Amino acid sequence: MAKDTEILESITSSEYKWGWETKIENDSAPKGLNEDIIRFISAKKEEPEWLLEWRLKAYHQWLSMKEPKWPNVQYPEVDFQDIIYYSAPKKKPTAKSLDEVDPELLDTFKRLGISLEEQKRLTGVAVDAVIDSVSVATTFKAKLGELGIIFMSFSEAVKEHPELVRKYLGSVVPVTDNYYAALNSAVFTDGSFCYIPKGVRCPMELSTYFRINAANTGQFERTLIVADEGSYVSYLEGCTAPQRDENQLHAAVVEIYAAKKAEVKYSTVQNWYPGDKQGKGGIYNFVTKRGICAGDYAKISWTQVETGSAITWKYPSCILKGDYSVGEFYSVAVTNNYQQADTGTKMIHIGKHTKSRIVSKGISAGRSQNSYRGLVQIMKRAEGARNFSQCDSLLMGDKCGAHTFPYIEVENPTAKVEHEATTSKIGEDQIFYCNQRGIDTEDAVALIVNGYAKEVLKQLPMEFAVEAQKLLALTLEGSVG
Amino acid sequence: MLLTINNLQASIDGMDILKGINLNVNAGEVHAIMGPNGSGKSTLASVLAGREEYEVTGGEVLFNGKDLLELAPEERAREGLFLAFQYPVEIPGVSTTNFLKTAVNQVREHRGLEPLDAVSFLRLMKEKMQLVEMSQALLNRSLNEGFSGGEKKRNEIFQMAMLEPQLAILDETDSGLDIDALRIVASGVNKLKGKDNAVIVVTHYQRLLDYIVPDFVHVLYKGRIVKSGTKELAMELEEKGYDWIKAEVEAGA
Ligand SMILES: Nc1ncnc2c1ncn2[C@@H]1O[C@H](COP(=O)(O)OP(=O)(O)O)[C@@H](O)[C@H]1O
Ligand SMILES: [Mg+2]
Repeated sequence: MAKDTEILESITSSEYKWGWETKIENDSAPKGLNEDIIRFISAKKEEPEWLLEWRLKAYHQWLSMKEPKWPNVQYPEVDFQDIIYYSAPKKKPTAKSLDEVDPELLDTFKRLGISLEEQKRLTGVAVDAVIDSVSVATTFKAKLGELGIIFMSFSEAVKEHPELVRKYLGSVVPVTDNYYAALNSAVFTDGSFCYIPKGVRCPMELSTYFRINAANTGQFERTLIVADEGSYVSYLEGCTAPQRDENQLHAAVVEIYAAKKAEVKYSTVQNWYPGDKQGKGGIYNFVTKRGICAGDYAKISWTQVETGSAITWKYPSCILKGDYSVGEFYSVAVTNNYQQADTGTKMIHIGKHTKSRIVSKGISAGRSQNSYRGLVQIMKRAEGARNFSQCDSLLMGDKCGAHTFPYIEVENPTAKVEHEATTSKIGEDQIFYCNQRGIDTEDAVALIVNGYAKEVLKQLPMEFAVEAQKLLALTLEGSVG
Repeated sequence: MLLTINNLQASIDGMDILKGINLNVNAGEVHAIMGPNGSGKSTLASVLAGREEYEVTGGEVLFNGKDLLELAPEERAREGLFLAFQYPVEIPGVSTTNFLKTAVNQVREHRGLEPLDAVSFLRLMKEKMQLVEMSQALLNRSLNEGFSGGEKKRNEIFQMAMLEPQLAILDETDSGLDIDALRIVASGVNKLKGKDNAVIVVTHYQRLLDYIVPDFVHVLYKGRIVKSGTKELAMELEEKGYDWIKAEVEAGA
């Protein structure tokens, strides 16, 4: 119905609400990428020789690789020489307490809706905040330290726990893995490191808020999470970026290592700048996330709520190496206006009786394109492996697209793989029903969309589930009504 | 006068469905609208509720003196118009409880009332649940998803109870109900009836009218109200069917 389409179009028209720039002085490298830049970054960060060599090796790998063209996304060629690869806030706060943190920064957090103080006081969330490339605030460190938990910026970890970093860095995502992972390995500037010792259950959500800030700054985060035998940690990553016209490249790498009986829950809420209503600007989000269940009975669970970025290219994956290990992927990906997302997961079953579960909920509005791409691979040895995949697409309006690309490779006859997929349109009937009960269209859409995504949202830690719900509503605001 | 419909005409996809409806409903009254399938009963209900697919091509509707046709569907609902759907819609992942909390509070806001907190809301739910023998378990499930026909209809009346409308239009709420469910639904409606509100019962059987006794009965045929009377008219229809009405209309035309 014409009316329906109009309605759907108008929800798509709200402006990005996180568009401002923090005025912290930068200390930047010149534009471009070459060996000298990599040496510059490494020197700036006072890195050991082995890490510089590792970066250089990655750089040379990258030079020999080609940008992947298989994702179902379209964008102009990225000029890698037109990117600044290092930018650090000049007033580098030595944040022992929040009073020492740059007030501009605190204000930034307030605007993001995350007051650190509030978080510290109310939720017991330890936040390692990253603005641009250098970590500026780490809280709760002492408390976590008592349990032997290491949670710090990647640069600090390189200095304080080089043996751990060296042992695990690149062990899950090797430098040769893919084009963007190689690039990240060469130029990553900071990120988070987390180690949970044997048998320790991390008593709080560990959380990192990333924010891309300075103009023309590529952002290359590196996250490494190591969960030793029988440990547990829940980790949350949230992102926003200021509004900007140029496209900005973001190529992060996240590696998770789960030893025997360890469990890692990794949740992402991503609302980077998606570009404006005409499709101008926005973040290119080319991310490699992978976890390995190295030991028996290990479990890794990815939950993502993706509402931002102009282009998302991201497949959080699990290598199920240990027998009886479990991998999960829960995803809500929303695209609006001219956003493009090609996202999904890979579940690689190597160990016996490994299990995986995939729940993907795509929501497309405006003129956006939303693709699910998933691989379920059952190796020869993976006797009794199980996979269940549910891939749903919800369309708002008739100018957007939803696509599903499931790949299934089974080499063991005892495996059981199930795949279900549905595509539905947000119903005018549903909206009218809500209206008839006094609920306006905007709230009706929020209600329907959140209901649709519920199975995924309920995987998030409580306080973030509420945020994610608001974010979904906000992203689709104006696309109906 | 609670509701005044003057010469209402409506079409869908260029096809005229309602061809001049006149109807007056006072507070405290129960009206039944009957008529064979396809005569326009649901269309009338939908047009009153503000469904956009239907184009109003003529006439006017006053609700509490306000021009109803000027209002958005949600505004009509907040003003106190309720439609129990012939085919209630399913909303996966949204519990009836959550749905109604949003609805009740938006309606309250419109009426200048404070939103209900969780405790008062649950208390209100408990009270209204008893009217139609709804169970908490059902209300915690996704709205109407996997509900039986009877559960869906009971849920409609439950929502009506929660929203306390001035005018409720029940579109074939009796269809698909067994006799027990019918009794439950009817007794719910009867308990909600009062001197300040009115009910329009749309049905094509008179069965429901044994339980919800109408003050007036109207027969809708081919987009017009062709006959009005009291509950005896419903009995007559039950006995003789619609053919004599059709014949009368054809003869008159
Ligand atoms: N959405 C629609 N599209 C096309 N025709 C419709 C639509 N809704 C109703 N009609 C037509 O309008 C007429 C009246 O239908 P309806 O109001 O549902 O009748 P009743 O409720 O009395 O059975 C029927 O001829 C029906 O086919
Ligand atoms: Mg009908």
